[in-house]
Amino acid sequence: MSSAKSMMRKRKLKEFAGSIRRNKMAMTGTIILSIFILVAIFGPIIVPFSTLDFGDAEDMMQPPSSEHLLGTDDMGRDVLANLMSGARISLLCGFLATIISMVIGTIIGIASGYFGKAIDNVLMRFTDFFLVIPWLPLMMVLAAILGTSIWNIIFVIGITSWAGTARVVRAQTLSVKERQFVERTVSIGAGNIHIMIRHVLPNVFPLIFANTVLIAAVAITSETTLSFLGLGDTTRASWGMMLHYAFESGAASSGAWWYYLPPGLCVVLVVLSFALMGYAFDEIMNPKLKER
Amino acid sequence: MSDNIVEVKDLRVHFTLKGSLVQDAAGRRKKIVKAVDGVSFEIKQGEILSLVGESGSGKTTTGKAILGLVPFEAEKMLFRGEKINIKEKEYKRKFRQAAQMIYQDPYQSLNPRNQVIDIVTEPLVVNKLVESEEERLELGKEALERAGLTPGEDFFFRYPYELSGGQRQRVVIASSMIMGPSFVVADEPVSMLDASIRTGILKLMMDLRRENDLAYLFITHDLSLAWLISDRIAIMYLGKIMEMGDSEIIISSGKHPYTKALTDIMPKPGIKKEGPRKVLQGETPDPTEVIEGCKFCSRCPIKEEICSREEPPMKEVEPGHFVACHKV
Amino acid sequence: MKLLEVKNLRTYFTISQGTVKAVDDVSFDLDHGEALGIVGESGCGKTTSALSIAKLLPKEGKIVGGEILLEGEDLAKLSDEEIQKHRWNDVSICFQGAMNALNPVMKIGEQIAEAIVLHHKSSEKDAMKKAAELLELVEIPGERINNYPHEFSGGMKQRVMIAMALACDPKIIIGDEPTTALDVMVQAQILNLLERLRTEFDMGFILITHDLSILAETCDKIAVMYAGRIVEKGSSEDIFQRTGHPYTKKLIKCFPDIKGKKTMMEGIPGAPPNMLEIPSGCPFHPRCEYAEEVCRTSMPDNIERHQGHFVACHKWEVIRSER
Repeated sequence: MSSAKSMMRKRKLKEFAGSIRRNKMAMTGTIILSIFILVAIFGPIIVPFSTLDFGDAEDMMQPPSSEHLLGTDDMGRDVLANLMSGARISLLCGFLATIISMVIGTIIGIASGYFGKAIDNVLMRFTDFFLVIPWLPLMMVLAAILGTSIWNIIFVIGITSWAGTARVVRAQTLSVKERQFVERTVSIGAGNIHIMIRHVLPNVFPLIFANTVLIAAVAITSETTLSFLGLGDTTRASWGMMLHYAFESGAASSGAWWYYLPPGLCVVLVVLSFALMGYAFDEIMNPKLKER
Repeated sequence: MSDNIVEVKDLRVHFTLKGSLVQDAAGRRKKIVKAVDGVSFEIKQGEILSLVGESGSGKTTTGKAILGLVPFEAEKMLFRGEKINIKEKEYKRKFRQAAQMIYQDPYQSLNPRNQVIDIVTEPLVVNKLVESEEERLELGKEALERAGLTPGEDFFFRYPYELSGGQRQRVVIASSMIMGPSFVVADEPVSMLDASIRTGILKLMMDLRRENDLAYLFITHDLSLAWLISDRIAIMYLGKIMEMGDSEIIISSGKHPYTKALTDIMPKPGIKKEGPRKVLQGETPDPTEVIEGCKFCSRCPIKEEICSREEPPMKEVEPGHFVACHKV
Repeated sequence: MKLLEVKNLRTYFTISQGTVKAVDDVSFDLDHGEALGIVGESGCGKTTSALSIAKLLPKEGKIVGGEILLEGEDLAKLSDEEIQKHRWNDVSICFQGAMNALNPVMKIGEQIAEAIVLHHKSSEKDAMKKAAELLELVEIPGERINNYPHEFSGGMKQRVMIAMALACDPKIIIGDEPTTALDVMVQAQILNLLERLRTEFDMGFILITHDLSILAETCDKIAVMYAGRIVEKGSSEDIFQRTGHPYTKKLIKCFPDIKGKKTMMEGIPGAPPNMLEIPSGCPFHPRCEYAEEVCRTSMPDNIERHQGHFVACHKWEVIRSER
């Protein structure tokens, strides 16, 4: 019995994989992101330098050479090694912040759309507050108060970026709630929690998923921004921190492009890959868009 | 009295239409739709009563009100002689098991992301009526096979989109019957299906009725179908019952002018008609309109002065045959 | 010359899973002032036949064979531009739920006039006048040209759609389930209206429906379709009183007969075929109680058994003797 079920699952997964393969946007995004994830996992193991290998004075700010493929920074460390360990921090931060944001957004969105009335009003005003408040200053203030640890950064990004998800989920919940199978479930005696988890959630999930990927892009940008502004975790060098140090050491004015360009490009590429995947997933999983 | 499974007296369901912001600001009166406006009937154990009417006549709303799916007011609303009190938790639990609904559109009433076995056994799960996974699958298989989907386990892990319209409706029925209800509201259960599939579903419903002594409230717009399957027919128009009685009598010797108009235009298969159909002029009034007197008055071919002044009471013209018309 | 002659029409759809023979070797004809009913279950190709005649097929669909002769001119061979001329001038289609196709922010009169200006090149003022006349024709007061769609009921909107279909004095009106979504009383009103217009203007009328019960009283001739083919066609008496095909026989029994005894209808075992895998031989054989070996292997020809009464069935002799 369970084998039939797992076969169904496998088939669905295969179908999904197939539609990704057919979609050029999704494919490009997936490839770029996969490379970054692989680099984040294995890169620091392969590269012969550690981020703690401070060089001598003559090793500082050296342009790319056969020894240091991307040159060195103002403290003589290998930029490539920094970049790879930065990938770990940036991606981790992006993923975790996204999960926090997704969970909050989904719960608030579904509850708001499903219960309606007063609950909807209260939750949505709360959401609007987070939606309209300028998020960068808010994040900066929060990060400053909580202190500059990577976990605080993740938390701050997570709780400031869920409002959009909540809005989208609420809208979809409103439409799912009106579908007949929801009423049918009421008529067999099911409670609200059962309906929200078993019927509403599966039907808003594709949307949540597509939205999540887009939020991951925002989360990574946010982390970079906060770090660049000096609110990042000084003990863990993310791409944002690299940019921050590059800026402080005057790399831009001294023409040390190998110091500031690679982390910048990495951020752009990862954000782009998330965005590509997000739009493509939206298209794959939203049958209405597929028809176009 | 005691053999009535459902007893409804003076049921009213009114919806308030929200005006736009501007209209509200301008102090315009909110529009009230009297979807069901004073309906009374009873259904006996094992009986089929058909509610026949056009869209907007309140037939579906009546069915939903009995099941407590829309808010209503009523002088009396009894199920097995007991007041239907959906607010009381313990009562609600029992009532939901005993009274079920079958919907018109099997494409809409099944969650596209659930598998058949989960859909069918969901009533058992939410009411905590099964103890083990084996029991759940066993009961699910039984229910599917009773609904004509054999062998049951072949359907367990399919999704609704992998089934034909008829099969979907069978899944809906299997799910509705799994808790062994004694009363089912069937809202146009075959109107979305192809003619050749329809009969199978109707037969299934009739078989289940015989086996379980079920009572149906059968909601339909199709008078000939109502005649075919039900014991009694109630004709509804704009939230009111116009005429109610034995199905044979309603078809052959209906007394209300609206009933007569409906039977007149009933297509008779294979028989060529002479001249144009005898149709009622005009259209059903807007349900938000306040109508004085008889609701049917504006289209009635035999109306008199009193009809637009006074609402006709329900009269029993012969035993079990009720008509609401001044002219009968 | 017949108004419309369809000969051996084949319309296939090419989709990712294969080729759907939606219409396969279909022939029928229609005279001025005549009403033809095409009946069948969903997916039997009745709508595709209509779309082929009006050349309104979606891009996956293609007429791969046969002729559609409108007063002797073959529409199947015309290019899209040439057909533009015919589409509204000679053949008009009125779809199921067409009333939802009205533009909600445009006045009814303007929408009707739009079609007239486009095809008759008349001035806007004349077109509005004609629009009012058309509304009167479908029994709506002419002054309502200034109303918006939401001010009309479903039945009224369907009337407006009929008025639009009439805008260019077509020779043929095709109603594809024109009354399916409407209430019985409104349905009867619309059918009456269509009948009146047909006789008044001597138009040909093709009614496409799944509801066999309304066909007898509406149409002179009936064609029964199954799995892309016409299995039986003839006058309404042929179909109902001298039924020749087991499918027609069963289909008639699917509708309750209030003049007869109150017995449960029979129904047809099985389900309509998947159009990607049409059964071999006679496509109806898996559901047919008369089926024999020959039905499984060879497709029966559509043979004229009686004047104008065509039946495509190997077992026709048996069925006739049972009658």
